Amino acid sequence: MTDGEKWVVGGILAILVTASIVIRVLPHQAESESYIELKRRVRSWWIMVFIFVGALVIDRRLSVIVFAFISFLALKEYVSAIPTRRVDRRALFWAYLSIPVQYYWAGTGYYGMFIVFIPVYLFLLIPLRLVIAGETKGFLRAAGTLHWGLMVTVFSLSHGAFLLSLEGGSGLLLYLVVLTQGNDVAQFISGKSFGKRKIVPLVSPNKTWAGFIGGVIITSGLAMALAPLLTPLSAAESAIAGVIIAVGGFFGDLTVSAVKRDLGIKDMGATIPGHGGVMDRVDSLTYTAPLFFHLVYYLHF
Amino acid sequence: MKRWPKILFYVIIVRPIVLVIMGLNVRHRERLLKGAAILVVNHNSPLDTLAVASIVPMADLHRLRPVGARDYFCRNAFCEMLSRNLLGVIPLERRPKRGEDLFGECVEALNNGDLLIIFPEGTRGEPEERVPFKAGVGRLVEKCPAVPMIPIFLRGCGKSLPRGESLFVPFVCDVVVGEPLSFAGDRRAVADQLEAAMDSLEETLPVPTGWDELDSV
Repeated sequence: MTDGEKWVVGGILAILVTASIVIRVLPHQAESESYIELKRRVRSWWIMVFIFVGALVIDRRLSVIVFAFISFLALKEYVSAIPTRRVDRRALFWAYLSIPVQYYWAGTGYYGMFIVFIPVYLFLLIPLRLVIAGETKGFLRAAGTLHWGLMVTVFSLSHGAFLLSLEGGSGLLLYLVVLTQGNDVAQFISGKSFGKRKIVPLVSPNKTWAGFIGGVIITSGLAMALAPLLTPLSAAESAIAGVIIAVGGFFGDLTVSAVKRDLGIKDMGATIPGHGGVMDRVDSLTYTAPLFFHLVYYLHF
Repeated sequence: MKRWPKILFYVIIVRPIVLVIMGLNVRHRERLLKGAAILVVNHNSPLDTLAVASIVPMADLHRLRPVGARDYFCRNAFCEMLSRNLLGVIPLERRPKRGEDLFGECVEALNNGDLLIIFPEGTRGEPEERVPFKAGVGRLVEKCPAVPMIPIFLRGCGKSLPRGESLFVPFVCDVVVGEPLSFAGDRRAVADQLEAAMDSLEETLPVPTGWDELDSV
């Protein structure tokens, strides 16, 4: 770990400690539902930071495995939430099997395969398997939903893992994850404080212009502040990275919200107490990971 | 019965598969009770027993006794040995002879304070489709009127491993534990009482909307 990474990890821990102290000290009704929910949420943050930072400190390969496991949990939540036909089971099995393969390319830094494996080979294999299964009623829906699920839960997220195969990769990954999650929090807080006009009320009533703009400002500021510690990005580049992450995170969140609304469910799962499912936590990352990856890959590698 | 092979089997093999690979979404686990009880479960998949076994506290695992068809679990001596020692199965005759004591072993287990798992549908049938409960559950409860029945509704295991399939595909499975029910005095009413409880548990789960026309395929 570089000194810059240590500072940032120290900063994350300091924020968590502060949050834990504040929710204990602040006046509250101990039994109220929202207080218990807040406590759960902070405790889950501790666990997530522990796993993410722990893996990053111990070994690069371990981090890749953790990412692959997150993809597995997210894909499983997704296919459990959408209606599937019994004949889709074989194709679903192949979709699951693509996870270790995709993360193998990511972990070994084999860019050519990494970038085509899912959008070319899997997207051809899945309909092929569905055709062999032989049921045409609902075929397009099955192929379409599976493609989209693989794209979001496996292909997109694996860009985070591929960052680790680049020089200084752990810093880049830390930068991406801190900014993405920070942007979620920044949008939430500025939306709660100033938000009035809704952007897309039909998809998410909680998304306001003030929240969005506040997120962009705070996230690009944070991006410029953290860039020298974690990345090779210049000041201008890091400002662009911040804007990309803020806008991408906003739409990643909204896209998953739209899926949930279509399915008529509130959360994708219940794996993370206080947050919902894994997919609810990494929704922004499904957009920011590939967008940020290609920015740094284009600029510096 | 030796308890260690069974506990180790459930803890080392069953729980990791059910909780990590498949994944359970459990509601109202706190409704499980300490003493003897009959866990009444709807049946979709061979995984159902394992799913229920994964929500029972570790300290109660040795008390867990799934009641299963003799013709399935005791096909041969080896199967019977595994079923009895690892799963803790109580075999039940599906086509009993006249005058045979069908529930002898079940009653004995309940008197020992065990947790019985019964599937009153009698078969796994079509995955994720419930068939009417059989009357036998009433006969069993009549013999042990003091033992509470705990309905447990499962959804999703039938997608992970439906009957007749050998390929396991991970799906998150919903588990809803109901309030304990007590025997009301009429054995013929038991099946209906349990089915009504199952219906209300099923209603607590969110239903995906707008896709209905595909469910039958």
